[in-house]
Amino acid sequence: MKLTLKIWRQGGKYKGELVTYQLNDVNPHMSFLEMLDVLNEELIAKKESPVAFEHDCREGICGTCSMVINGYPHGPQAKTTTCQLHMRHFKDGDTIVIEPFRARAFPVVRDLVVDRAAFDRIIQAGGYISVNTGQAQDANSTPIEKDLSAHAFDAAECIGCGACVAACPNASAMLFVSAKVSHLALLPQGKPEAARRVQNMVKQMDAEGFGMCSNVTACEAECPKGISVTNIARLNREFISSEFGSETQV
Amino acid sequence: MNWFLQFLTSSIGRKVIMSLTGIFLILFLIVHLLGNLQLLHDDGGKAFNLYAKFMTTNPLVKTISYLLYLSILIHAVQGWAIWRKNRAARGAGYAVKVTRAVNTNARAASNMGWLGTVIFIFILIHLYQFWLQMKLNNLPMAEYDGKTAKDLYAIVAVAYQNLGYVVFYVVSMAVIAFHLAHGFQSAFQTLGLNHKKYTPAIRFLGRVYAIAVPALFALIPVYMYLFMN
Ligand code: SF4
Ligand code: FES
Repeated sequence: MKLTLKIWRQGGKYKGELVTYQLNDVNPHMSFLEMLDVLNEELIAKKESPVAFEHDCREGICGTCSMVINGYPHGPQAKTTTCQLHMRHFKDGDTIVIEPFRARAFPVVRDLVVDRAAFDRIIQAGGYISVNTGQAQDANSTPIEKDLSAHAFDAAECIGCGACVAACPNASAMLFVSAKVSHLALLPQGKPEAARRVQNMVKQMDAEGFGMCSNVTACEAECPKGISVTNIARLNREFISSEFGSETQV
Repeated sequence: MNWFLQFLTSSIGRKVIMSLTGIFLILFLIVHLLGNLQLLHDDGGKAFNLYAKFMTTNPLVKTISYLLYLSILIHAVQGWAIWRKNRAARGAGYAVKVTRAVNTNARAASNMGWLGTVIFIFILIHLYQFWLQMKLNNLPMAEYDGKTAKDLYAIVAVAYQNLGYVVFYVVSMAVIAFHLAHGFQSAFQTLGLNHKKYTPAIRFLGRVYAIAVPALFALIPVYMYLFMN
């Protein structure tokens, strides 16, 4: 396949601009990241600086491979991370525009790499359980209703990639925060800290400068794990009830 | 900070304000529509004028109307502030961006600010043209069976003979329809009311409302322009 790539370059000699590259021999079985590896090999051979992009697992579980491809975070393929997207979904002769995730809370570090530490700080604010939950047999001896555990599990699928923020016209982090809040609030082990957790996480989310959710649902449409906006409704419920129905105030 | 204030200024609290004022406005539109439909009575405006008199003199209705003005203002000002903040949250924009959505109209959903601005301007013109004239006592009086009422019908009937105004009105209703197509269901989601059993019904109701109510509003000037000369 022959491809024209327009890639956002920022850092070094680039002030921040789309730079055009040609690739003449792309194997359709390559993943999107392998295609970028090939480009980088060529750039290095020409003594040019390679395109910086994040990646780690390359199997759709770590959530680092953030980039916006032709206007879609993680590319147009539904429920697929960039690393799991294959070149066969593109056509010979295509032009592909590749940009970093855009949000004021995710500053660009270099080229396609953005700093997502804002998510870490939200997790630090309350996305955990501080009691000892015991060994496997303790978990098995705690009865949990089937539907609840299924919903918790669905929410726990969130890999913290930030595509929801990138997709949202408001750069809102509500889908991420709602997934984390839901996955803990639904389970008995997460209940004791639920009121405090939701207030702390929302407070941190607001402090990081993410936008406010207007229920566009672009997050769910682009989430590589298909996290549902029903979690956002749950987050709203959790937040409203912890503000009005508990004595907790953070 | 006081916990309640902290709630109201949090991102979710601010959205809850949008949702509650929005739902109030949705309810108000139904009452407004029922009132307007009386314009279609071919009685020289009697039913409409007596209704308008009741709505502007009954103390309970008057109290609710102050709440209504407040809601419109809060919804508009808060909406505008959220819109600004959200644009700033994006920072440098994308060269290429496609917005897909699930179970809502992506175009309407991502343009609520623009749609709302048009609606606000429409409301200002609308209020100036009818409501203010009534408040300033600029209207002739009409008499029905010994009862007098301000003849609001007279200025409405004149306005609706103006093709330009009719077109402006119909276009504004289309904008309101788009705003509601997303706003109706969005209001419930913001309050956390998303439920496997009820949400499909809310969405259905939202769609019916968003089409039917603005369409009926728009029908009135069109009908009067065409058939009530
Ligand atoms: S909710 Fe989805 S898009 Fe957002 S961070 Fe989690 S996995 Fe990524
Ligand atoms: S590299 Fe880990 S999810 Fe793509």
